[in-house]
Amino acid sequence: MTDPKTLSPPSLETHVAAHDDTFLDTNELVINMGPQHPATHGVLRVILRLDGEKVLGLECVIGYLHRGVEKIAENRTYTMFNPYVDRMDYVAAVSNGLGYCEAVEKLLSVEAPPRAQYIRVILTELNRVASHQLWLGTHALDIGAITPLFYTFRDREEILKIFEKYCGARLTTHAFRIGGLQYEAYDGFEKDVKNFLKFFAPKIDEYEELLTTNRIWLERTKGVGVISGKDCIALGVTGPVLRASGVQWDIRKAQPYANYKNFDFKIPTGEHGDTYDRYLVRMVEMRQSCRIIEQAVNAIPEGPIMAKVPKVMKPPVGEIYHSIEAPKGELGYFIVSDGSTQPYRVRVRPPSFVNLQALDLMCRGQLVADVIAVIGTLDIVLGEVDR
Amino acid sequence: MHEFLDYIQSYLRNDVTVSPGAAPNGGNIFWALVYILLVFAGVSLGVICMNWLERKILAHMQVRLGPMRVGPHGLLQPIADAVKLLIKEDIMPAEADAVVFWVAPFIVTLAAFTVFVVVPFGPAHAITDMNIGILFMLGVSSLSVLGIVTAGWASNSHYPLIGALRSSAQMVSYEVAMGLAVVSAILMTSLHGVGLYGVGGPGTSGIGTLSMIDIVKMQEEQHVWFIFKFFPLGLIAFAIFAIAMIAETNRAPFDLPEAESELTAGFHTEYSGFRWSLFFLAEYSAMIAVSSIAVTLWLGGWLRPFPNMLGGHAWDLVFSFFPGLAFLFLAGMTFYNVRRMPQHPFFKIQTMGLAAFGATLGLIGLILFIPPVRDRVGDIFWFVAKVAAFMYLYIWYRGTFPRYRFDQLMKVGWKVLLPLGLGVLILTAGAGIVGLEMAQRVTH
Repeated sequence: MTDPKTLSPPSLETHVAAHDDTFLDTNELVINMGPQHPATHGVLRVILRLDGEKVLGLECVIGYLHRGVEKIAENRTYTMFNPYVDRMDYVAAVSNGLGYCEAVEKLLSVEAPPRAQYIRVILTELNRVASHQLWLGTHALDIGAITPLFYTFRDREEILKIFEKYCGARLTTHAFRIGGLQYEAYDGFEKDVKNFLKFFAPKIDEYEELLTTNRIWLERTKGVGVISGKDCIALGVTGPVLRASGVQWDIRKAQPYANYKNFDFKIPTGEHGDTYDRYLVRMVEMRQSCRIIEQAVNAIPEGPIMAKVPKVMKPPVGEIYHSIEAPKGELGYFIVSDGSTQPYRVRVRPPSFVNLQALDLMCRGQLVADVIAVIGTLDIVLGEVDR
Repeated sequence: MHEFLDYIQSYLRNDVTVSPGAAPNGGNIFWALVYILLVFAGVSLGVICMNWLERKILAHMQVRLGPMRVGPHGLLQPIADAVKLLIKEDIMPAEADAVVFWVAPFIVTLAAFTVFVVVPFGPAHAITDMNIGILFMLGVSSLSVLGIVTAGWASNSHYPLIGALRSSAQMVSYEVAMGLAVVSAILMTSLHGVGLYGVGGPGTSGIGTLSMIDIVKMQEEQHVWFIFKFFPLGLIAFAIFAIAMIAETNRAPFDLPEAESELTAGFHTEYSGFRWSLFFLAEYSAMIAVSSIAVTLWLGGWLRPFPNMLGGHAWDLVFSFFPGLAFLFLAGMTFYNVRRMPQHPFFKIQTMGLAAFGATLGLIGLILFIPPVRDRVGDIFWFVAKVAAFMYLYIWYRGTFPRYRFDQLMKVGWKVLLPLGLGVLILTAGAGIVGLEMAQRVTH
């Protein structure tokens, strides 16, 4: 098997694969995987070029879930656009909302009050756990272990219940408003969150029991989809994928937003940049998220939940780029304001879209089964890739 | 006329000890036919039960309920599915090779069912007793790969093609290890010694056997199941077979040919309706078939537990109550669940159905206590119970393990199981030779 590290980063001639005609006259097999396929996480279409089972190269075809979210923003006021961002990464809607609200707040030069900040952090980290749970379940399912999916969904339900109690929605929460929170935390919010933390700690062990030392799991994930830290940076890959390659880059630490600087948590990193390391990094992240939630829920201050924000928002002329650490990587919003009530342009930097670029590099020289594993480990959400 | 009746009645006597196909003077065609029908019906029933059990057991392993809607506790779900499959549109892809596409499911199903010709459910409960029984079984069961390859090829589509190629590679690499394990078990039949490490004895022929029935009889004679013979050796051979047979039947964690997340449905992607259900039927009956090979070779076939340690008529009587008790236990569980059914009038029919099901089970249990019935079904019960344990393992594996990758699967087959099988074979043979030599010294 070719070591993918020895291959150059993808170029336009990627798919002119080396053709070995010394032994037998063989043909390349071109397989169209998706958009209807059980393991492409939605509507990703991958054109695989195979030599037997070996992947010579692949090409992603995206756009099957394109809804023109960025264009919609230009015809909506700042407040009206807020619910739309939930529909991008629908698995981590709270993070999307946080990024957008903070970006507009920066543009308006307002800051959410401390109580709102704490509740924002709690909800965002809960959402990170939920997102990682969904990733774990589907990733394990792709590799053939069907049981973890049901375990993770069982436990994710508890998080969704908290969301539902907080704002009435389970998935596309629209939990935050520009300048603070949509709703005050309901009675017993702290108790629910604490109960969840108590409930969830042994559950992570349960997931790890099923997979972490499972021989087949190790064989299927170790050394699969290796990507170096250098290649990650060159391709703009962020999030757990980048950290598993040994680069310690987490925007929560590197450029603290919200009030993450108040909390004590670790940034897990991997060594080999393979699928197993990415798995471990995400498992540790779940535990770390729980730590953040625990600290935050014990320190929620009293006070208002909304800053003073004008009813009709007219940010000054200018532009802003604000990024947060979404569960899948760096989620950035670039907003250009022309001084009117509607943004002139909103550009989203979705982590899934950028991370998906690395798929070709990570899969070349590997087998078909590994492509599935790598798609799973990149943790892409097609709603965010296509927007 | 009298002779004809006699012919028909000849297998109802108590003293019949041979299977109908293997009787002297050409066997008894009538009873062979009856047995064929019984075995076919029994295996089909087993597949239907497995369908329900797999869903239920897997569901309970995965914190869900499984089918609950069609019939009480989803008991009628397999029937609903069968009806659905039968009335579905039969699609044949335009590009497919029509004849081969048509033939492939039949090859698979035929291979899976033909194997049962030699499966011994009891000393007299086999369709026939071939003197090359085990070879016949291995040969026929490996024919099913032919059907899978033709199915994948005839579909003229990419995923089935890859599935078929994987399947052939997988079967080839696991057949070898499987064969070695089987040979070491057959070697043990030639040892004729009593006990765990017993070899030879006064006047042993030193001749083994390939007949399925005689293999079990040898275990009876040696007072030990072959899984325990030469303690670690038999166990290792059994373990090799147990792993290889999962690969042979394309079940998780070796379900690469139909790896759902990779190849959508593998070799049967293009099949639908009745043709697909034939593949399903074949897969499950193949599982039952290879499990019965394992049970016959290593777990003492139809022998009840501890026939020697707990021997004698009293223990025989105690163990002969087991089949009836098992059914009564199932009936009891059913009635427990009848009581747990919701009391709402909406569930009245379901509750009554479940109660009727429990009553049927209880009735079967009671019938199994009648002495003549009891004596005849004991063998079958123990055989089926052992096979059922394997079926449970199949489900358990599926709930627990991730899927192997193609190359890792080949690695396990060629680099682990094959050398291990060879080693066990050589050690068994060596132990046998040394043992026989020593036994002869003692007698001279």
